[in-house]
Amino acid sequence: MRVAPKEIQTFRNDFTYSNSPDAIKRFPFPFPEDDYRYSVNMEPHLPKGGEGSAYEKFLDIDEHYLSEMEERALVLKDMPHRCLAMEHMDLACWDMIERCMVSLAEDYPEHFSLTREGDQWRWQNHLLDIDDQFTFADSSSLPMPPLEYMGRQLQGDFALLDQRDGDLFLDAGIITCPADWSLAFDAGMSFTEWHGPVPMAHSEGIFERALKYLTAIPVGKPVRRLNWTLTVNARMDTSPETYHEWGHERTSVTPENVGSKVYLRVELQVLDRMPRSNALMFSIRTYLMSLEDIVTNPEWAKRMHRVMKTLPAPLIDYKGLTRYHSTVVDYLAQFDPAN
Amino acid sequence: MNIEQISVRVSAVEQVAPTIREFTLRPLSGELPPFSSGSHVVVEMPGAQKIHRNAYSLMSDPWDTSEYRIAVRLQEDSRGGSRFMHQSVAVGDRLNITPPANMFAPQWEAKKHILIAGGVGITPFLSYLPELMRRDADFELHYLYRGSQTGAYRKELAAELGARYFAYDSDAAERCELTELFQQRPLGTHFYICGPLSLIEGMTGLAAEFGIPASAIHYEEFAAPQPGKPFEIEIRHSGQVIRVGEEESMLEALEAAQINVPNLCRGGVCGQCVCSVESGEVDHRDNFLSAEEKASGRVVMPCVSRAKSERLIVDIQE
Repeated sequence: MRVAPKEIQTFRNDFTYSNSPDAIKRFPFPFPEDDYRYSVNMEPHLPKGGEGSAYEKFLDIDEHYLSEMEERALVLKDMPHRCLAMEHMDLACWDMIERCMVSLAEDYPEHFSLTREGDQWRWQNHLLDIDDQFTFADSSSLPMPPLEYMGRQLQGDFALLDQRDGDLFLDAGIITCPADWSLAFDAGMSFTEWHGPVPMAHSEGIFERALKYLTAIPVGKPVRRLNWTLTVNARMDTSPETYHEWGHERTSVTPENVGSKVYLRVELQVLDRMPRSNALMFSIRTYLMSLEDIVTNPEWAKRMHRVMKTLPAPLIDYKGLTRYHSTVVDYLAQFDPAN
Repeated sequence: MNIEQISVRVSAVEQVAPTIREFTLRPLSGELPPFSSGSHVVVEMPGAQKIHRNAYSLMSDPWDTSEYRIAVRLQEDSRGGSRFMHQSVAVGDRLNITPPANMFAPQWEAKKHILIAGGVGITPFLSYLPELMRRDADFELHYLYRGSQTGAYRKELAAELGARYFAYDSDAAERCELTELFQQRPLGTHFYICGPLSLIEGMTGLAAEFGIPASAIHYEEFAAPQPGKPFEIEIRHSGQVIRVGEEESMLEALEAAQINVPNLCRGGVCGQCVCSVESGEVDHRDNFLSAEEKASGRVVMPCVSRAKSERLIVDIQE
C-alpha cells in the first residue's frame, strides 16, 4: 500500500485533495442495498477484502496520511479544545496509546516501530520523523497529553467512552474532522444524550439495543460499522465550530459542478474495548470521495442513485442535504436509466 | 488483534480457606492481556461427562500480565464446575479461558469507594485494591465471612489496608451493621457489593430506604445456573429440538448441540446470550432483562433461565 503523496494536499481553501485510482478502488462504499434503511449494521472488525482493502488492518493508514496530519495540526492550532480528556480518562488514554502503537508497528513495520522494555518505551514514526522515549502510563514523560500525542499520528477522529451504570459517556476525544458535531458540546454526555438529534431511530428502540450491545463488547473483539453523509467540497473539518466557513457552501452546488463539488463522506467506525480502563475506544476514520470519482464504478453510481432517491425526508434534513439533494439525485439518474 | 481463547497452565494451587482454592494461571506463550479492575474470565473445564464453563473474577494486579489468579469456592450443590476445579485440577494442567470481560468496574469519578465483600465475593475487590491504591483513592473494605468456611486473605488484607479494613466473622458472632455503612457518607460515595444474593438484596433494599440513588450502588452476583424441570428447546428456523436436562442450563444444552450463542458471564448479568422467544413460557432467572422485557415473554437469557412450559420455541440466527 502506498502511503503519503509527495505533495501535501489541502482540505480547505484551495481544496487540492484528490483520490488516486487505487484509493478509489479501496473506497469503503457504504450502501449494501438499493434503498436506505436504518440498521445498527455492526460486524466483527476482522480483516476482509484482501490486500490493500480499507478493512485489512486494525487502523487504516493510506495515501492521505500526511495531508490529514497537516489538517489536524491546523485545526488544533486554532482550536485546542478539539482535543480533551477528563482526568479520570488518563488510563484510557494510555490504553489507546498501547493499542494503537502496538498495531501500527505490527501492521506497518516500514513506517512505525515500537520497542518496549518494561515501562520504558521507544516509539518511532518514520512518516512524521518522530522518535520519542517515554515511560508507559506516565503522562509527564510525553511532549504533550497522551491522547493528543497519539491522535496527531492517526488518521480519523478518536473518542474514548467511559462505561458506568450500563451506559457510555463521551469523556475524552480528539475530534478534528467531525460530520457536524462538536466534542466540546457533547463532552460528558451519555450515549442517549449525544444521539438526541438523530431522527427516526429513537422510536424503533435502536439506541437501547445498540447500547446493550456496545456495553457488552469484550476485550479482543472489536466491531465496526459504516456511517455516511454528503459534504460540499473536500472539507474534513465540518464542525459546528467552523460552520460559518462551510455552511453557506451548500448553496453553491449547481447541476454543472455537482459531480466535482459534492463528496460522499464515509466513516469507518470501530469500537474496541480497552483492557486496562474498560473504556471503549471509538474511532471514526473518514473517507471522502467526489461523486465524479464514485460514478467511475457503474455499480456504485446506480446503487447510490437509488439510495439517494429513497432517502426519507427527516434524514435529508438531519444530514444537511436539503438544499442540494435533488441536484445530486438528478446528476446520479443519468447513470441509472432503468430507475 | 482478535482474541478467541487463551491457553494457560496452572502454575500454583493453594488452599486459601477451608472451602476456597486459589489457582495461578500462566500463559503458555507470551503475556496475558492486561485487564481492568473487576474483570472476570470464563474457565473451560473438560469434565468426563461434559465441558463445564464457569466465570471467575480475576484477583491479581490488573497491570501484571505474567499471570492471572482466580479463587474457586467448592459449592455444596456443585453442578460439577467447582468440584472439577477442586478435585481434578493440579499444577501443570492446561486450561482454556476467555479474554477478560468486565461487568463490575469501579466508578473512577467517585469521591469515595465502599467495598462490601461476602465470602468468596472478596475476589473482584482484590483486583480493585492495587488500582485504588495507585490512584490514591479514598476507600474502605468491609469483609463478611464465616471463619470455618471462607475468609481467605484476611490476614494479608488487614496488614495491607490497616484502618481501611473492616472484618466480620459470623462464626465469631461479629456482625456488620449494614445501616452504619450507609450513614454519614459524603455525597459522591459509591458502594460495591459482591457476595451471596441475600447480602446483595439486603444491601440494595436498605440503600433504597436511605435514599441512596441506584446509580451509586453496584453489585455483582454470578448466579450459577440453578437446576429445574427438564424441558425442550425448538430452534425455529431449523426445527431442531434440544432437550435440556434437570442439571444443565439451556446455554449448555445448546452448546452441546453445537449451537453457539454469544456469551460472556454465564451468570445472568451481561445480556450477551439473549435469544428471541417465539412461543412457550419463560422462567426468568437473570439480573439483566428489564421487568418489561421479562413480562413480554419475547426474550430469554439461556445462561440461567429456564422454561415453565414443556417447550420453548426460540429464534437463534447462527
